[in-house]
Amino acid sequence: MKQQQLEILSNEPLAAGIWRMVLLGDTSDSAPGRFAELRLPGEFYLRRPISVCDAREDRLTLVYKTVGRGTRRMTELVPGQEIEALTGLGNGFDLSRARDGAVLAGGGVGCAPLFLLARRLREAGCPVTAVLGFNRADEIFYEEEFRALGVRVEIATLDGSRGTKGFVTDAMPGIAGSLYVCGPQPMMKAVWRRARAAGQYSLEERMGCGFGVCMGCSIQTAGGSRRVCADGPVFAGEELLWND
Amino acid sequence: MERLKTTLCGIPLDNPVIPASGTFGYGEEFAALYDINCLGTFSFKGTTAQPRFGNPTPRIAECTAGLLNAVGLQNPGVEAVIGEILPRMKTYFHKPVMANVSGFSVEDYAGACEKLGREPQIGWLEINISCPNVHGGGMSFGTDPKAAAEVVAAVRRVTEKPLIVKLTPNVTDITEIARSCEAAGADGISLINTLLGMRIDPLRRRPVLQRTMGGFSGPAVFPVALRMVWQVYEAVKIPVVGIGGIASAEDVIEMMLAGACAVEIGSENLVRPTVCKDIIDGLPAVMDRLGIAKLEDIIGGAHGWEKM
Ligand SMILES: Cc1cc2nc3c(=O)[nH]c(=O)nc-3n(C[C@H](O)[C@H](O)[C@H](O)COP(=O)(O)OP(=O)(O)OC[C@H]3O[C@@H](n4cnc5c(N)ncnc54)[C@H](O)[C@@H]3O)c2cc1C
Ligand SMILES: Cc1cc2nc3c(=O)[nH]c(=O)nc-3n(C[C@H](O)[C@H](O)[C@H](O)COP(=O)(O)O)c2cc1C
Ligand code: FES
Repeated sequence: MKQQQLEILSNEPLAAGIWRMVLLGDTSDSAPGRFAELRLPGEFYLRRPISVCDAREDRLTLVYKTVGRGTRRMTELVPGQEIEALTGLGNGFDLSRARDGAVLAGGGVGCAPLFLLARRLREAGCPVTAVLGFNRADEIFYEEEFRALGVRVEIATLDGSRGTKGFVTDAMPGIAGSLYVCGPQPMMKAVWRRARAAGQYSLEERMGCGFGVCMGCSIQTAGGSRRVCADGPVFAGEELLWND
Repeated sequence: MERLKTTLCGIPLDNPVIPASGTFGYGEEFAALYDINCLGTFSFKGTTAQPRFGNPTPRIAECTAGLLNAVGLQNPGVEAVIGEILPRMKTYFHKPVMANVSGFSVEDYAGACEKLGREPQIGWLEINISCPNVHGGGMSFGTDPKAAAEVVAAVRRVTEKPLIVKLTPNVTDITEIARSCEAAGADGISLINTLLGMRIDPLRRRPVLQRTMGGFSGPAVFPVALRMVWQVYEAVKIPVVGIGGIASAEDVIEMMLAGACAVEIGSENLVRPTVCKDIIDGLPAVMDRLGIAKLEDIIGGAHGWEKM
C-alpha cells in the first residue's frame, strides 16, 4: 500500500454512465485485480475503491460507473487537479494459473479490471477470450481495446442490442482454460453455476478502510473469515459460499 | 519529546496519542506505513472470550463527516490473541499495549481479562461495556450503572493491571455510569464509544446496514464526545481518556483542556492512515502557537474558566 497524490491527466465519458480517468503517479504497485482508494474532494468521508483498469509506466487508468454521489462527483474533476489515493490495495489475480488459455468473464463496469489482466496474459503469450456482458449496446466499452491486445471478444447484451442476447453465461464458449470473473454478484453466481471449475472471482463489499484494519468488509468463506480488501478482492470460486 | 509526555494510570506515555480499538487492527498494517513506536500506545481490536465472526455485510455506511459501523466485534478470541497475535506484535511494537475487551456476560469479561492481564506486554485493560448483557435481558452493560459496576468489580478481582472502563454515550446521564465504575474499582474511564445511528438507501427503501443500526463515529461526533469528557472529568477523580471524532492536533488539545489525560483516535485512521503520526509531529507547533509549554499542564485546564 502506498499513500500518494495523483494528478488527473484526463477524465471523460466512455459509454453510457461509464467514465475513464487517467492519473499520473507511481504505478509500481498496480497489478491486475488490485484497487486504489480515492479520497474525493468535498463532503465525502470514506474513500472510494476503484480497480486498476490499466497501468503503464506512470499512468494509472481507472474506469468507473456513476452510481451515487461520490462517483458523480468524480465526473466533475478536471485535468490538472490532484487527488489523494491509497494504491496497490488487495491481492489481485493470480496469472500463473493460466497457461493454456484464459477465459475472462466481465459484467458491466466489472469488465474494467479484466483489461490489465488481459494485457499481461497476452504479453506472456497466453491465448485469451473475453466474454463481456452489458445491459445495452450503448454501455459497451473497451471492446476494441481488448481486441487490439489480440483477445477474442464475445459480447452479450441483455436487450440483444449487440452480440448474443442474454447474460454473459449465454455467450460463454465451452470453458477452455482458466476462468477470471468480475461483475455484479448475480452474474458471478451464474458463471460459477455454469463453470463449477476452478476460477478466480473479484468481489465487492462496502469498505471502511480498504487496507485490512476495520473488519468492515469481512465475508465467510470455506476457509474461515476473510477481508475482501486485504485477503481479496480476488477469491477462488471454491472458497466462496454461494448460498445467499 | 519531553513536552508531549503524559501518564495514564501510572504508566508513562511518550505522548497522549492512542489509536482507538477497532480502527487499528493489531497495528501490523500501520507498522508497514510508519514506525508505530512513535505512538503513546494503541488499543487493539475488541477481544472476546470466544472467536466471533461478527455481523453480515454491509457493515459500513458513510455519513457527513463520519461513518456507521456494524462490525459486531469480529475477532479471533482471547486464546488466539495470546497465542498468535501478541507474540508477533512484540516484533513491531515495543511499548505496553492496551487490550480492549468485550463480553456478553460478567464471566466472559472476567475470563478474558484474567488471561490477558497475565501477558507482560499488556499495559492496560480497556473494558468495552457497550455490549448487550445476555443474562440481563440484552440491555447493554454500559447503560445500567449496576451491571457496569458488576463487570468492573469482577474484572478487578482477577487482575492487577490498570483497568480502564470504556463508556457508551447512549445513555441519559454519563456521569452516573462513570461514578459507578469508579466506585467498583476502575482505574480510569475512556469515552466515548460510538453513538447509535442508521442510514436508509432511498432507492432500495431499506437500511444500508444489514443489521439496520450501527455505531456512528468520526469528526461529526467530536462535540458530543468533548461534552461527555467534560462532564465525566467533573464527576470522577480517576484519569479520563478522550475519544470521539479527533482528527487534528487542535482537537487533541481541546480534549485535554476538557479533562482528558490522553486521547484515542479512531475513524480518522481509516481514511488518513498516517493521522496519528501526523498529529504527534504537528503537536509542538500548535502548542507553541497556543503558548503551551507542556501538555500535562493543560489537562482539565478549561474547567473553572468562569472564575479565571
Ligand atoms: C475492490 C473494489 C473495486 C471496485 N472497482 C470499481 C471499478 O473499477 N469501477 C467502478 O465503477 N466501481 C468499482 N467499485 C465499486 C465502487 O467502489 C462504488 O461504485 C463506489 O464506491 C460508489 O460510490 P458512490 O459515492 O457513487 O455511491 P454511494 O452509494 O453514494 O456511496 C455510499 C457509500 O457506499 C459505498 N459503496 C456504494 N456502492 C458500493 C459498491 N458497489 N462497492 C463498494 N462500496 C460501495 C461507497 O464507497 C460509499 O462509501 C469497486 C468496489 C470495490 C469494493
Ligand atoms: C470500524 C470500527 C470498529 C470499532 N470497534 C471497536 C471495538 O472493537 N471495541 C471498542 O471498544 N470500540 C470500537 N470502536 C469504537 C472506537 O474505538 C471509538 O470509540 C469510536 O469510533 C469513536 O472514536 P472516533 O470518532 O475517533 O472513531 C470501533 C469503531 C469503528 C469505526
Ligand atoms: S475495509 Fe477495513 S478491513 Fe476491509
